[in-house]
Amino acid sequence: MSTAFLQAFGAHVPDRVVTNAEIAARIGRTADWIEGATGIRERRWAASETSVADLAVAAAQDCLQRAGVEASTLGLVMVASGSARPGFPGPAAEVAARLGLEGVPALDVPMASAGALFGLALASQLTERFGDVLVIGAEKMSAILDAGPLDPNTAILFGDGAGAALVSSRPGRWRILDAVLHSDGQFRDDLAFDWASPLRMNGLSVILQASRKLPSVIEEVLARQGVVARDVTAFLLHQANQNLLVRVAKALNVAPGRVFSNVARYGNTSSASMLIAAAEWSRDDPQPGPVIFSAFGAGFHWGALLARSV
Amino acid sequence: MPDSTRRPRLLGILKKITEKPIPADDDESLFESGLLDSFALPDLVSALEAEFAIKVPDRDLNPRKFDSLARIETYLEDHGA
Repeated sequence: MSTAFLQAFGAHVPDRVVTNAEIAARIGRTADWIEGATGIRERRWAASETSVADLAVAAAQDCLQRAGVEASTLGLVMVASGSARPGFPGPAAEVAARLGLEGVPALDVPMASAGALFGLALASQLTERFGDVLVIGAEKMSAILDAGPLDPNTAILFGDGAGAALVSSRPGRWRILDAVLHSDGQFRDDLAFDWASPLRMNGLSVILQASRKLPSVIEEVLARQGVVARDVTAFLLHQANQNLLVRVAKALNVAPGRVFSNVARYGNTSSASMLIAAAEWSRDDPQPGPVIFSAFGAGFHWGALLARSV
Repeated sequence: MPDSTRRPRLLGILKKITEKPIPADDDESLFESGLLDSFALPDLVSALEAEFAIKVPDRDLNPRKFDSLARIETYLEDHGA
């Protein structure tokens, strides 16, 4: 069993609300069609001058404030993002510097959608060595959409934002019990982006894979710890699409309400979404018990993490 | 050896999943014809597994394998269903 604890979560989304009506007018569809296909009603898009690091710093500060700790306690910072501008350095070093950290290692996790989940799982194994680990998922997906002509299949989905989690070996609100991670590169071209060409998404493949792999990996981590899905009080999943969240609940035979959802308000914020969801869920005095974190994304990479309230 | 029950069982699955007319052409794309969308495809694969007692492994989760009646029948035949 891991000796890592989740202390707190934080989040930040840009102020600008982009409604389905605004998107629909640009892609020749209707707002109702977008909501029916995705469950999304609106999303937030950042201003052109806002960077992934800007979003990440804001979420980090919210998380540290909620945890009641100073940034100086951090021993490691991780920033997961699939939308940070290419080249080096990635945003992690800038984020650490803007949090006032000098000499503290800062690690980029350049993964879309599943990056924060991978970061959390890794952090749970690193707290003994590094102390407090701040895991951030930050995405400016609107920049990816702006990189090419608007594709109706992807323009409807994505939003900008950032989420953060503080993981530490000090006892906290949730103990991390276990995590399972998987990757399979044979379908890597089915969801890909390289800034030289528009985002490519084979929606049939992505949904087919995600709708089977997410329930499967959740069952895998639950079985390892002898927990059954019906006893899990909350499923905090990557907010890809409401229809997918409902499908995962159905596959696990749990009430849809157990699967936290804010995708209607923020859209799919890729690697930020799971931690934004966690930040909102944790704010409302959640029911004690086991909690599942899970994500699936480009690569394909997917996994699940089980924690339990202390 | 062709299984004479395979086609009617397959058509029965498709009718349960979608209320749209099934293409007369065995090679017509079930996706491009609008019969199946991205959320109906996982239902189809799960229903095939249940009806024909097969397990579709992750490496076979390629939409092209289930793109038409002909391809689905080929897949089922190749997997002894």
